[in-house]
Amino acid sequence: MADVVLVTGVSRYLGGQFARALTKDPSISRVIGVDVIPPPHDIGRTEFVRADIRNPMIGKIIAQSEVDTVVHMNVIATPTHAGGRVSQKEINVIGTMQLLAACQKAPSIRRLVVKSSAAVYGSSPRDPAMFTEDMGPKSLPRAGFGKDSVEVEGYVRGFSRRRPDVEIAMLRFANIIGPGIRTSLTDYFTLPVVPVPLGFDARLQLVHESDAIGALLASTSGPSGITNIAGDGVITVTQAAALAGRPVVPVPLQAAGVFGGFIKRSGLADFSSDQMQFLAFGRGLDTTRMREHLGFEPSYTTRAAFEDFTRAIGPAVPGAPFVGSALSGLAGNAAHVIGGALAAAGRNR
Amino acid sequence: MPASTGASRPAKKAAARKGALAAGAARASGERAKRRRTPLIAEPAESTEATDSAPAAEAAEPTPPVAEATAAAAATGRHTEAEVVDEEESAKAPRPEHRPRPVAKAVPTRKTVARSGTRAPKASRTRRPSPRTKASAERPVRALKAVPPVVELPETSSDEQGAPRGVPPRTSVTPGLEELLGAGIAAVRTAAEAAGVSPDDVERHLASLLAFVRRRLTGDFTVDDFGFDEDFTESFYLPVLRPLYRHWFRVEVRGIENIPATGGGLVVANHSGTVAMDSLMTQVAVHDEHPAHRHLRMLGADLVFQTPVMGTVARKSGSTLAANPDAERLLSSGELCGVWPEGFKGVGKPFSERYKLQRFGRGGFVSAALKTGVPIIPCSIVGAEEIYPILGNMKTVARLLGVPYAPITPTWPLLGPLGWIPLPSKWIIEFGAPVETADLGPGAADDPMLVFDLTDQVRETIQQTLYSLLMQRRSVFF
Repeated sequence: MADVVLVTGVSRYLGGQFARALTKDPSISRVIGVDVIPPPHDIGRTEFVRADIRNPMIGKIIAQSEVDTVVHMNVIATPTHAGGRVSQKEINVIGTMQLLAACQKAPSIRRLVVKSSAAVYGSSPRDPAMFTEDMGPKSLPRAGFGKDSVEVEGYVRGFSRRRPDVEIAMLRFANIIGPGIRTSLTDYFTLPVVPVPLGFDARLQLVHESDAIGALLASTSGPSGITNIAGDGVITVTQAAALAGRPVVPVPLQAAGVFGGFIKRSGLADFSSDQMQFLAFGRGLDTTRMREHLGFEPSYTTRAAFEDFTRAIGPAVPGAPFVGSALSGLAGNAAHVIGGALAAAGRNR
Repeated sequence: MPASTGASRPAKKAAARKGALAAGAARASGERAKRRRTPLIAEPAESTEATDSAPAAEAAEPTPPVAEATAAAAATGRHTEAEVVDEEESAKAPRPEHRPRPVAKAVPTRKTVARSGTRAPKASRTRRPSPRTKASAERPVRALKAVPPVVELPETSSDEQGAPRGVPPRTSVTPGLEELLGAGIAAVRTAAEAAGVSPDDVERHLASLLAFVRRRLTGDFTVDDFGFDEDFTESFYLPVLRPLYRHWFRVEVRGIENIPATGGGLVVANHSGTVAMDSLMTQVAVHDEHPAHRHLRMLGADLVFQTPVMGTVARKSGSTLAANPDAERLLSSGELCGVWPEGFKGVGKPFSERYKLQRFGRGGFVSAALKTGVPIIPCSIVGAEEIYPILGNMKTVARLLGVPYAPITPTWPLLGPLGWIPLPSKWIIEFGAPVETADLGPGAADDPMLVFDLTDQVRETIQQTLYSLLMQRRSVFF
């Protein structure tokens, strides 16, 4: 179906991986990768074009190479990767506007795939346990990446009104995790001590990076519409910290702003206010449509994806695994001894 | 570090030459951030140093560590520092001897760097020792002074503070622990015997508690999509509530056979008691008295999930938000749900209005049951009204705190924290005959008149059962 595919954000980790996977499909004759810097990793037979999607020049590229499918992956979730929040917002919002304006002028476009995020659902105590695609947020994300995603989706909706002939697939990804990708969530769980909101233990739903690429591939030539992409099951924040072998320190939610700012300035991880909300209240996604409509089955559950990530990161502090195993060994020993004593008592009687 | 500033200058110049667009591009991709993280010492320099230090150290190995050859001592000194800094290796390595292991140490470090793959933060972390190794190489005199074998000891042992005991008796840690535990258990048994409790029971509880703690520490448990943590509920939550259920309120359960053994069901009950203790007791009743030991998945107000600690415990024990999407999802997946449609109007009503049912919300629970075709099981709870009788309501305080009501009871706030102890009333929980909804079809949920009728029918059933239970009970407390 797709013949000439244009991928934006190809020099970022996920974009590059996706472009490379796309070139393995023989039915696609050309893959054009666009980004502002040359890709640092192998992108297969993708033709790299150095262009900024915030610049109208992108329209010329689309027209010249008669692109029929555009995969928009240049929506950046982590401000540190984009060079600050201002730059991140510019790339996300203005970049999407320019790209969609160029797509609207190009008659060759038949399909648009947008990598959106589950951040559009926000995170609040009044949320339903699982969001389906047609539910709106209970509290609109007011800042950061969530707000960008809402705006990006708004522009895509506008585009679909003006070009009804173009099929649009919008994928709302849960937090993507894996051994290779770096996001604010992976930075967070790489901290030697993980600060968690006091008295809250949110549910996290994750998707493995390979599944994210698989879902994008499936929707490049598959059905259109809005789809949630997430792994099965949930884990809680403290459970995740335990799996990563990190001790947790509870922080009152009111002090989280100060604390998050401190961590942000020290360059350890990126903590925006919406991230703190997310860590307090969590989010779950209903993936029925992913299975039935898109026909995609993720190969990693949430827990398996997180465990794959924890294998890639080391222990937090030297000796942490030793202390951990000593503690659990202590508990195990105690249980063992008690069991032995019980058996002895049973014999005596 | 003077070396690093010198190395970064040419890099900066190159960046300036690239022009504004390229600089912007580099910023956009986070390249600058990446560059800041990568070590400034070139790869080959580091590797040659590692290799040329290796033979020196090897030469030093056979000689006793008396620091007669300065080069050898410097080399060993360099290695100890690298060893202390290198986090990963020291964590994995067995207890180091007083003398550092020379060659085998440096080589696996390189390997771990290679193994770490594309992950930038890790690579930088494992490579971080390199500038420091170099720095120590540049000042061999100081290194020589700093590392006579005696000073070395605390340095190497400092990174194994995690060990519960010192280094020499390490092999005897486990038996020592077991002896200690054995003594502890003997003490517990004696104490239990003295208290008149079966020591075996105490031990069994202790063992399961420790196993629970271990699962918590390792994250070895599962939560479902709603955050329900069965391990937590069975091992901690229900055992904590059980003494209250059995010995304080002495709950008597009737009609438990009306709850289906499998498949969905919606338990609808009256709400009372200032603190929503009745829902917790119903949860214990369903789990303990029902032959299938089903978990009652309660639907709670959003205030519950806003509150720290309470919200988390509620989610972990199987509650979720009282909203139609959640209720329908639970019911259609064959879970047993519990709902208290009176809400805060029921819990916070004054003592004078006890056992008078309030309005049953908007009947949302009926439409959820109709849509999923599950039976509605009316449930009447007697006794919960008397645990904290509300004599008055401090409206201003409630408004200030943002809570629905601030009660005055005979003991609260008069007796302070003692007012939190509920009065030991005798409870009766009766589950009534189920109201089947499957034959009405899912379309019936769109018929508001039918929904109102069913809501009233359920409400009337509960009210009548309450009256008859009140007639039957001998007194409030017995």
